[in-house]
Amino acid sequence: MIEILIVFIKIVCALVWFLLLTLYLTWLERKESAVIQDRIGANRASIFGIRILGLFQPFADAIKMIFKEDFVPAFSRKFLHTLAPFISFFFVAITISAIPFGDSIRIGERTISLQILDFNVGLLFILAMLSLGIYGIILSGWASNNRYTLIGGLRGTAQLISYEVALGLSLIGLIMVFPSLKLSAIVHYQGELIFGFLPKWGIFLQPLGFLVFLFAALAETKRAPFDLPEAESEIIGFFAEYGGLKWGLFMMTDFMEIIVVSTLLTTLFFGGWQVPWMAADGFHWPWGGEWLLSHWLVVVFQVAAFNIKVFFFCWLQILIRWTYPRFRYDQLMDMGWKLLIPLSLVNIVGTGIVMSIL
Amino acid sequence: MGYFLFFLLAALCVGSVLGMIISKNQAYNALFLIPAFASLGGLFGLLEAPFIAVVQIIIYAGAIMVLFIFVIMMINVQKGVPPEKKKWTLYLSFGLAVVLVIELAVALKAAFTLPVSTETLKAGPVNLGRLLFTKYLYPFEITSILIIAALVGAIVLVKKKEQE
Amino acid sequence: MIPPNYFLILSIILFVLGVIAFFIKKDLLTMFMAVEVMLNATNLAFLSLARSANSIDGQVIVFFIITVAASEAAVGLAIILLVLRQKKTIKTEDIKLMKG
Repeated sequence: MIEILIVFIKIVCALVWFLLLTLYLTWLERKESAVIQDRIGANRASIFGIRILGLFQPFADAIKMIFKEDFVPAFSRKFLHTLAPFISFFFVAITISAIPFGDSIRIGERTISLQILDFNVGLLFILAMLSLGIYGIILSGWASNNRYTLIGGLRGTAQLISYEVALGLSLIGLIMVFPSLKLSAIVHYQGELIFGFLPKWGIFLQPLGFLVFLFAALAETKRAPFDLPEAESEIIGFFAEYGGLKWGLFMMTDFMEIIVVSTLLTTLFFGGWQVPWMAADGFHWPWGGEWLLSHWLVVVFQVAAFNIKVFFFCWLQILIRWTYPRFRYDQLMDMGWKLLIPLSLVNIVGTGIVMSIL
Repeated sequence: MGYFLFFLLAALCVGSVLGMIISKNQAYNALFLIPAFASLGGLFGLLEAPFIAVVQIIIYAGAIMVLFIFVIMMINVQKGVPPEKKKWTLYLSFGLAVVLVIELAVALKAAFTLPVSTETLKAGPVNLGRLLFTKYLYPFEITSILIIAALVGAIVLVKKKEQE
Repeated sequence: MIPPNYFLILSIILFVLGVIAFFIKKDLLTMFMAVEVMLNATNLAFLSLARSANSIDGQVIVFFIITVAASEAAVGLAIILLVLRQKKTIKTEDIKLMKG
């Protein structure tokens, strides 16, 4: 009984974290783009006249979205048209269940791991769920019964399928280095040190794999410079026929994908919740000396480290989105098939050679 | 719990395959198969094959069916033909199906008294990988050649000839 | 734990449904999908037998089947596209080159 309660609490906490971060990414996106374009950005939403940099803006947006008319085009396939945004949303939201937010907490006799479900094949589970999310795009594009949305849906599908190959291949080198598909185990492996001072993070062992993964993951989020499925200046995109809350679901899916990619980058390449030189009882500095901490402080440090890394990658992705222009379609396909996939294969072979020498 | 999951997934799977048989629109046929394959992935999970289960979802539900739907949407679906034409094939198929059921049932009579091993299967990705690279090394290498051949073949088949 | 023969019976049902679908459908794409259903039924049978025999060799076979199915889907869809481009149809009753 108490186990079920614990799992329930974990799910609620993870979802609240996920959705709050999603809401505030919309604010971050507005502010960051404003800074890049030398504007001020959203700063008007207020509660009782208190504005604090427009921090209430996401809630105002949410209220606006909820009260908009839920418009369904007359010639669309109604059921699929309604289903599509929920498919998109669900398959992104469920990936959070496999992400480790921290090590484990000890409360009395009980050890609670800060991860909802520790799958044996957690990494592949996340990839599987992301690949099922494609249906949201293709269904929305097709069910709207509109040429532009169909083009957007087809573009999106082709792009996601192509980059999924590179995404999967780029992780093989990582799995060779950290021999597990279990995300918690991958994070634990990254707690060790190389040469006694460098944390054994994925980025130091797999720099090429990291680059390929970063580009493929950026393409998976379907935002500029990879935003051909939307391409607001050409075809508007696969969700052109949506309004109100359903459009909001698509937009939230976009931001949630950013968060999922950030958590994946953090977990796989930047040590997850690992803080450099920190073990379960506190810091052990490589230059000697140590700073012992209580169990709770260690947990706080771990969760904070995870969050800081995730925020950093969210920020980085928004920066990339507002800095680079859109690819042409042939450039996109060339990059996926002729650059990223060969590079990831080179990475696998190189990793194998280095591992057999060492 | 296990039985509940099994019957839920089995019903979902059989139901969506039936839906695919009944529906006349190619696009809906393909859409019906997605829950079927995804629930099969869940059934594989129940059979203690987590790796195969995830691979099933990634490849079947996430890639092959996407390809099907992509092709269907690219060629602009027409409505399927009504089955009134050539009705004899329908009866023939049901006859064949009955024969097949009987044949399979006879062949698999032993299956209904299948031995149940209670040991847990060591089916993690590590064991599977070890088997792939030792006992099944040659088939594994041959599949890689097959994939290359399929890749090149598909491109050569579909590529439009350049104008001379 | 669920006995493996439940899964085996389910795989028989699925295979038969695949055969029925293959015979009553009239366009190449759906027939191709029916083949995929049959392949999946065999996958399920392999896995349940592997579970019952307590060996993971069956899982390796399923792995190969999935790989072959993937490459088969790529080539098959390419062929269907080619047929469509040349004959302007993918209905099996309109494709009767061999019938004279």
